[in-house]
Amino acid sequence: MISISEVIETNKMVEQENLDVRTITMGISLLDCADSDLDRLCNNIRNKILRLAKNLVPVGEEISRELGVPIVNKRISITPIAMVTGNACHCTEDYVKVAKMLDETITELGVDILGGFSAVVSKGATASDIALIKSLPDVLAQTNRICASVNVGSTKTGINMDVVRLMGDIIKETAKKTADRDSIGCTKLVVLCNAPDDNPFMAGAFHGVSEADAIINVGVSGPGVVKHVLGNVRGESFEVLCETIKRTAFKITRVGQLVAQEAAKRLNVPFGIIDLSLAPTPAIGDSVADILCEIGLEHPGAPGTTAALALLNDQVKKGGVMASSYVGGLSGAFIPVSEDQGMIDAVLAGALTLEKLEAMTCVCSVGLDMIAIPGNTPATTIAGIIADESAIGMINQKTTAVRIIPVEGKDVGDEAQYGGLFGYAPIMPVNKFDCSAFVNRKGRIPAPIHSFKN
Amino acid sequence: MNRTIITVVGRDTVGIIARVCTYLAENNINILDISQTIVQGYFNMMMIVDTAKSSKSFDSVQEQMSKIGEEMGVQVKCQREEIFDMMHRI
Repeated sequence: MISISEVIETNKMVEQENLDVRTITMGISLLDCADSDLDRLCNNIRNKILRLAKNLVPVGEEISRELGVPIVNKRISITPIAMVTGNACHCTEDYVKVAKMLDETITELGVDILGGFSAVVSKGATASDIALIKSLPDVLAQTNRICASVNVGSTKTGINMDVVRLMGDIIKETAKKTADRDSIGCTKLVVLCNAPDDNPFMAGAFHGVSEADAIINVGVSGPGVVKHVLGNVRGESFEVLCETIKRTAFKITRVGQLVAQEAAKRLNVPFGIIDLSLAPTPAIGDSVADILCEIGLEHPGAPGTTAALALLNDQVKKGGVMASSYVGGLSGAFIPVSEDQGMIDAVLAGALTLEKLEAMTCVCSVGLDMIAIPGNTPATTIAGIIADESAIGMINQKTTAVRIIPVEGKDVGDEAQYGGLFGYAPIMPVNKFDCSAFVNRKGRIPAPIHSFKN
Repeated sequence: MNRTIITVVGRDTVGIIARVCTYLAENNINILDISQTIVQGYFNMMMIVDTAKSSKSFDSVQEQMSKIGEEMGVQVKCQREEIFDMMHRI
């Protein structure tokens, strides 16, 4: 029988250490909604989302009450929209109309965010993909809860540099169109390499074509819990350190597993995966950076950071896979800057640079995330940063991503404010040297060889 | 069997257990196990109860228990046992 100390431990994780289930994300396929008439397309999509997700929020709240664990967000991911809008959308206004319909539909349901205003163009782009990508600055400026992503490369296909270059311009334009709100549009746009089909986390969530008609994916979170237990093993060996992280990751993931099973049962939708990521929030103590400090770094960015993060990420996975039979999505430690007070402090202290963050992304999920840079950064430089990050993903067979915000009218020394889960970010300096001749070349970077690994 | 864990946390006063037990008896909820301890000066009590024979819904038991807790100046929580089982048992 459960003992009182186990009950106290669990409740302390929730009440004092910010343990939560970050999201229940319902993936919905829109492939059967395609139509050549824009109004009919919008109706089909709206009806399908309303039909499948009408109970998502009440069920999430009910499970949260019964288990005593917060479920912070209820989200929806959809088929990359460029796959269903091809015949119906002919201009940016058409895409904005679809996006506004989605925004209204999920607001009606009380759903927090929808992801999947996306295109998967890792090898080549269709006319529909390009039209969608070009509509993103307007879509992101005119909607609140819609997230967009573009997958520009993969280990199997190489990197589509034509789209990488285009994304440099799109990110700049998105920043300009939301200049009045510290370029917030860019916080809802992520550029990915090796994007997973079942990711429940935003902004990169979409419902891939390999998925069923509808599915429940759950993302857990709990950096505060890991940080707290590591406080008890200061000065101990790596073996003790790793064992402690694994045990904690196991416990956190089991909560996610239970929530996912219950949600799937009550919503009558199959369970997909648990994403066992350590996802920080701006709340004090809910920080991946704090875990790195607890492992032994003065600030993230200090020498040893990449090794500490690699260790952390690996133990989280090892503990998590024991806790759930179906692990997927991104599954690892997230290192966003604006969403993690410890990362913000490290930037302000001068410990953490863009280059060190890039190195850190080689060993963890996911990439350069929620990083504010000067508004006057050239589009080609942003494309260069995307190309670097994509190359890391392509060569290392992992997901990488760039969610970077060239904050219009702001420069190093200023701050960008977003509020809520998005937090705030100090503007970070970017390498000033030019890469335009590189990114302006046409075509693709070929897929890498899979042997002779060195 | 429909097992729920009730926890009571707060400053120790006379009659906390009596009050909670009375409510449970009135609502046909059977107590399977009780334990209590003091953590950092706070009274901690845990009960494992079976709600299978109660006519009340989980939500209303949870709401009423929480109200009783407020009246006594302690926090009373009701959670389904599965969350603890999942976390602490392989």
